[in-house]
Amino acid sequence: MAASDTPKSVLLSPVFKNNPIALQVLGICSALAVTNSMSVSLVMGIAVIVVTAFSNLFVSLLRHHIPSSIRIIVQMTIIASLVIVVDQVLKAYAYEMSKQLSVFVGLIITNCIVMGRAEGYAMQNGPVMSFLDGVGNGLGYAVILLFVGFVRELLGSGSLFGLTILPAVQNGGWYVPNGLMLLPPSAFFVIGLLIWILRSFNPDQVEKTEYRIVSNSKTKIKETA
Amino acid sequence: MSSSNNSIKKTLGVALALCIVCSVIVSTAAVALRPTQQLNQELDRKSNILQVAGLYEPGVDVNQVFKDKITSRVINLETGEYSEELDPETFNQFDASKDPASSRTLSGDDPAGLIRQENFSTVYLVGDAENPNEIILPIRGQGLWGLMRGFLALKGDGNTILGLSYYDHSETPGLGGEVDNPRWKAQWDGKKIYDYSDSEMQPEIRLVKGGADSEYEADALSGATLTSRGVTNMLQFWLSEAGFAEYLARFHDNTQGDA
Repeated sequence: MAASDTPKSVLLSPVFKNNPIALQVLGICSALAVTNSMSVSLVMGIAVIVVTAFSNLFVSLLRHHIPSSIRIIVQMTIIASLVIVVDQVLKAYAYEMSKQLSVFVGLIITNCIVMGRAEGYAMQNGPVMSFLDGVGNGLGYAVILLFVGFVRELLGSGSLFGLTILPAVQNGGWYVPNGLMLLPPSAFFVIGLLIWILRSFNPDQVEKTEYRIVSNSKTKIKETA
Repeated sequence: MSSSNNSIKKTLGVALALCIVCSVIVSTAAVALRPTQQLNQELDRKSNILQVAGLYEPGVDVNQVFKDKITSRVINLETGEYSEELDPETFNQFDASKDPASSRTLSGDDPAGLIRQENFSTVYLVGDAENPNEIILPIRGQGLWGLMRGFLALKGDGNTILGLSYYDHSETPGLGGEVDNPRWKAQWDGKKIYDYSDSEMQPEIRLVKGGADSEYEADALSGATLTSRGVTNMLQFWLSEAGFAEYLARFHDNTQGDA
């Protein structure tokens, strides 16, 4: 990140141009697990925004005092504490939601986006910009989660935010829900298609081919006499 | 990132300070929010009991309705008698099932996959506690992916099912997760558990594939054979002699006496 970044570009570029999921392909595991309904995706998105933003803020505030030998542990401790606080708050004020998210709130600790931003941005930049960068990256994650959640809930359950859009057969409607969409692997396909679409519109996101696969060499069979 | 940051003294100092600050923050959050969390869990449990009893309507004051309509009692599973020592307000069945003093190991005969079973259980009675309109029993057992916990509501005769509902399970959404589907749950109303024509108190109720055709059978979940098997196993287990059979027998005797 160049030092000439404006607050606006720091906040918005991770959402579309430099999206942590779609371009950097980070944080995929939780994106697979929690996106089977819109409301769960939304809460998870908000939780990640809060954690990324504040972990960036605190890491940035402490960056001149963190010994480089233990910097990863220091970052992990800050992130883990924030995640526990978020988990406790959800259990107290959004009990139904925290039951659905169950273990995945705790697993924000292992989300590569949070760690990546703390190490890659907050260690070099001021607190305000780091905070915005955290919000931006959290937003980028949340946008993708919501998009995947939209596709999966609509096709898998025929509803959005729990409201029926396509009445499903088991409730007496006409729509036969696609069971695959409710299972985590479907998020792989949805995210894959999304990355394909994004890169078709932004060809500069496509990585250069690093190597070309050579066709198999043929073994020569010696003719024996 | 000056080099003085990397001295051993500074490294230890930063690590110690950070640990103290973070642990204070985490424990403050945990302690400060605990009462709200427990209230939530309690409310969740109560509204689940009201739901299975058919007393729940959106917007009702769950605590008030629960207090007015439902009596909690603790029973001894072995004898089927009410326990006078244990207070239903404070008795925690899940803790009891882990404590060797208040539970037993299920070796061999463990269809519900519980490993340990508590000696006492809470039951919830709707109406007059001596002659209840409804009896609500907590049941649990292994499904496909993990433990399923729920409530089974029975009529006052201790033999006719009113409803079965799970409040905690991790079954596949859309397949085994359909145990939450109101249409599937509706079929339980009116099913019978025991066939009293043979004298044994052996539960007959089970899930069957391809259409239930007696009052002891309910439709299995399509595409969820293992979840359905788990539901059958836990019903069979909790309604057998090891579970609530002794306790439910008293209601059967009551109704026989009246007739």
